[in-house]
Amino acid sequence: MNPIPSIDYIRILPEIILTMFGTIVMMADPLFDDHNDRKALGVLSAFGVLAAIAATVYQSAPQYHGDGFFNMIRVDSFSIFFHMVVLLVALAAILMSFEYLSVQHLKHGEYYGLILYGAVGMCLMSSAIELVLIFIALEISSISTYILAGFRRKHAESTESSIKYFLLGSFATAFFLYGVALIFGATGSTQVDKIAASLKVGAPPLAYVAVALMCVGLGFKVAAAPFHTWTPDVYEGAPAPVVGLMSTAPKAAAFAVLLRVLFGTGAPGWFWMIWVTAALSMTIGNLGALVQSNVKRMLAYSSIAHAGYLLVAFAAVKNLDNGISAAMFYAASYAAMNVGAFAIVSHFANAGERFVQIDDYAGLGKRAPVLAAILTVFLLSLIGIPITGGFFAKFYVFSAALRSSLVWLTIIGVVNSAIGAYYYLRIIVMMYMREPQTDAPVPEVPFGVALALSLSLVTTIYLGVMPNRVLGYALQSAKDLLR
Amino acid sequence: MNMASLNSIILTLVTFLPAAGALLLAFFPRRDRDIKWFALGISLITFLISLHLPARYVSGQPGFQFEQNIRWISTPNIHYHLGVDGISLWLVVLTTFLVPFCVMISWKSIHERVKEFFILLLVLETAMIGVFLALDLFLFYFFWEATLIPMALLIGMYGHERKIYAAVKFFMYTMIASVFMLAAILWLYAKTGTFDFVDIQNAIHIGNVPGFAGAATLLFLGFFIAFAVKVPLFPLHTWLPDAHVEAPTAGSVLLAGVLLKMGTYGLLRFNLGLFPEQARQNAPWIITLAIIGIIYGALVAMVQPNLKKLIAYSSVSHLGFVVLGTFSFTQAGIDGAVYQMLNHGISTGALFMLAGILYERRHTYDIKQFAGLATPMPVYATFFLIVTLSSIGLPLMNGFIGEFLILSGAFQAKAVYGVLAASGVIWSATYMLWMYQRVFYGNVTVPVNNSLPDLDGRERTALWPMALLALLMGVWPMAWMNSIDATVARVLKQVNGSVQATIKSPALSLNDKDATDTEQTVEVSGR
Repeated sequence: MNPIPSIDYIRILPEIILTMFGTIVMMADPLFDDHNDRKALGVLSAFGVLAAIAATVYQSAPQYHGDGFFNMIRVDSFSIFFHMVVLLVALAAILMSFEYLSVQHLKHGEYYGLILYGAVGMCLMSSAIELVLIFIALEISSISTYILAGFRRKHAESTESSIKYFLLGSFATAFFLYGVALIFGATGSTQVDKIAASLKVGAPPLAYVAVALMCVGLGFKVAAAPFHTWTPDVYEGAPAPVVGLMSTAPKAAAFAVLLRVLFGTGAPGWFWMIWVTAALSMTIGNLGALVQSNVKRMLAYSSIAHAGYLLVAFAAVKNLDNGISAAMFYAASYAAMNVGAFAIVSHFANAGERFVQIDDYAGLGKRAPVLAAILTVFLLSLIGIPITGGFFAKFYVFSAALRSSLVWLTIIGVVNSAIGAYYYLRIIVMMYMREPQTDAPVPEVPFGVALALSLSLVTTIYLGVMPNRVLGYALQSAKDLLR
Repeated sequence: MNMASLNSIILTLVTFLPAAGALLLAFFPRRDRDIKWFALGISLITFLISLHLPARYVSGQPGFQFEQNIRWISTPNIHYHLGVDGISLWLVVLTTFLVPFCVMISWKSIHERVKEFFILLLVLETAMIGVFLALDLFLFYFFWEATLIPMALLIGMYGHERKIYAAVKFFMYTMIASVFMLAAILWLYAKTGTFDFVDIQNAIHIGNVPGFAGAATLLFLGFFIAFAVKVPLFPLHTWLPDAHVEAPTAGSVLLAGVLLKMGTYGLLRFNLGLFPEQARQNAPWIITLAIIGIIYGALVAMVQPNLKKLIAYSSVSHLGFVVLGTFSFTQAGIDGAVYQMLNHGISTGALFMLAGILYERRHTYDIKQFAGLATPMPVYATFFLIVTLSSIGLPLMNGFIGEFLILSGAFQAKAVYGVLAASGVIWSATYMLWMYQRVFYGNVTVPVNNSLPDLDGRERTALWPMALLALLMGVWPMAWMNSIDATVARVLKQVNGSVQATIKSPALSLNDKDATDTEQTVEVSGR
């Protein structure tokens, strides 16, 4: 057996750090007494994520780029891009959980540990180039989120959410695993490069089936129609900060895997599947969101729609660089705005998540002008209005699609984004144009939430005004991925 | 600062000064009085600075002036490209001119959330100016969408009873229509690799856009629908009466004064500028819609019991004239269209201010509630009369010049257009004068009206410039027309030139364009 060179450990440094911190949090948890709100563990986890971010930055030096662990791990701009997205989302989720856990009387340190473990899985998903390792990473991330979804265990809907997520999620990973097995049968390897080399020579029919199965599995993870049905129920029941996390980070990671599987291996025969999925997700997501009265459910449908927009970029195959970079940019900016929106939803929800109906937002513009203004920015970004990241994200996606002559998909997309404007606007209308129904003061924004909010706000605006650097990096990553 | 460096940044300064003011306001303590004075100060300074544009504008010079072109985003190739020509020049000044009055007119009528109101107003000003100045299609779309939010919020937060319905309707109409424009812009970018208006125009002109012939009509319609909703052209006008009736006075003034002009400006700049052939092909039905709008708007205005709704429908009618002039493809018609945009901004802006003043006193727009107002409010009645006459296009008033030019252009294009549209002039005189008669003459029928106070100093200050300008623009149009005329001539030459180019063989079209360019240079040096 080859000895493992020490540089390989640097290539998984962020994962090592996260695992260590996660384990420390788990072990330290019993030392606290039952009434402590575990804020110290939260702070520790936040530092863990910061350390992992530092490690990722360290990794990004060119000499660490390359394959490690017997060609199972690859550090390149692509993996670093998704590492940053996942870690920043995890950081924001941890920051907004300090207050949430104490308001909801959830005094368990494992919560933070699970977020860290989940982040390990998601990071690994973006850097793994071997399908079995990808599967393991997918499972690490999924299992952590299943548990997190059921964290409000005294509430029936949270348990329901967890079970639904778990059952359907296991089903989906089984599909993915089946696909992996078949592709191994078709090409004799599970390593992305070797698969690519084999598929270049010729793709047996089995490979088409394998790609379809993997797309089904990942389609579930990113909540793309027609594999989306779990999303509203799961998002409704899960704790709000967890929804902020799981609607963005695991999705981004799953998109990373999808990019690897579809483009890294040069997989055949998925174009129309993705085309239809994209069109369906946009349409079903937006139409579904129109009729929701619960903000979390509405944002769940909106996340289905956004998965659809993102998949439009996948279909832009005639211009791979553009399509892939647009998809990556979309994942990043969607993460920023959606985490921000959920930070406010979770802050505003109050004990037992009482205030999550759209009607509860009436008059928020008067009761909490700053919060309302910030939420407005996130909603405008979700609509895709200029000077927000959401605008450029949509813009890049549609322009990549048009460059690949996907005129109809683009038209479906822009019409959908106009329809989508309506339900986001409903919240803005509620906040600013209706009278408040209660005089109950909105609780002061605590430090953690404020930090998470400013992080996502600054990112959203930054991506909307100066998208150059991030997009340039995404383009670089696309080139790395296709090399 | 020397003149050259001022010239190079003047457009940025004018565009973003209000936004900078809004940003400062955001950190202001909630002392309403100071906020109002600050907003007034910022908008006045913006207006004064914007006067630099007409002062230093060189009428004969072809192309855009005071240009500023910086790369903003490298991929896709987006530039921060601003520039002004004879068409946009006065629209910018109109915008900066109207905003201070909007601040003054809102002085007393806005009590709640004062800070937000003025922030929205100033942000809106930046976006509106940006729309007129942007020469990069992306930047244009950016500003275009950016006008949407503040206006929708102004209507929805400070409007009257059915404000939410009106705000959402306004937002959705504009939003849905403008995504088609976005798709068209993206298509052009995908084929040309640039968003620059001038570059795309040249590329289309010399036939350097692959697949253009097949897509041109769809692209034309993509832009057209976005602008037609904004104008609003019959039958896409239904959002307008709702938005106007529910909007606060300042919102109505800017909506009528500037936002509708964004539509007609867009038609002229982009639909004619980028797709001259398609514009010609589609002109008959567009003109038909415009004429229907002129007559329909006037007839509906006549039967309105609500003062504000009446003015709103009169806008539909007046803007129909502008569209008619634009698609007549004659020098007179387009000159008149541009001039009429300014006139309508002044006269309808003033009408909405006057209606707002009345509303502040009586809290109703119902015409039946008023009669004989000339007795308790003589000064108000006088201003109202001046503005009414300007709106119906009495000779010596500004409306006359615009309508006359448009009608003469319409006659040149096709006599029947002129005849039908001319009837609109009669209709507009009928409904405006009838309304004036009902509101101001006769005896006071509702006792409360006897004690209505006449205009105070602030209101007079806001109205005098409007009235004077309406008169000045009627007697001395050349002050405005010089710069408009030269630009319109160039636009028209492009429109006609490209039609000729298609008649000739494609191989010749390149030389043809060169010939046009030389002609232009000769003409300029001749001036």
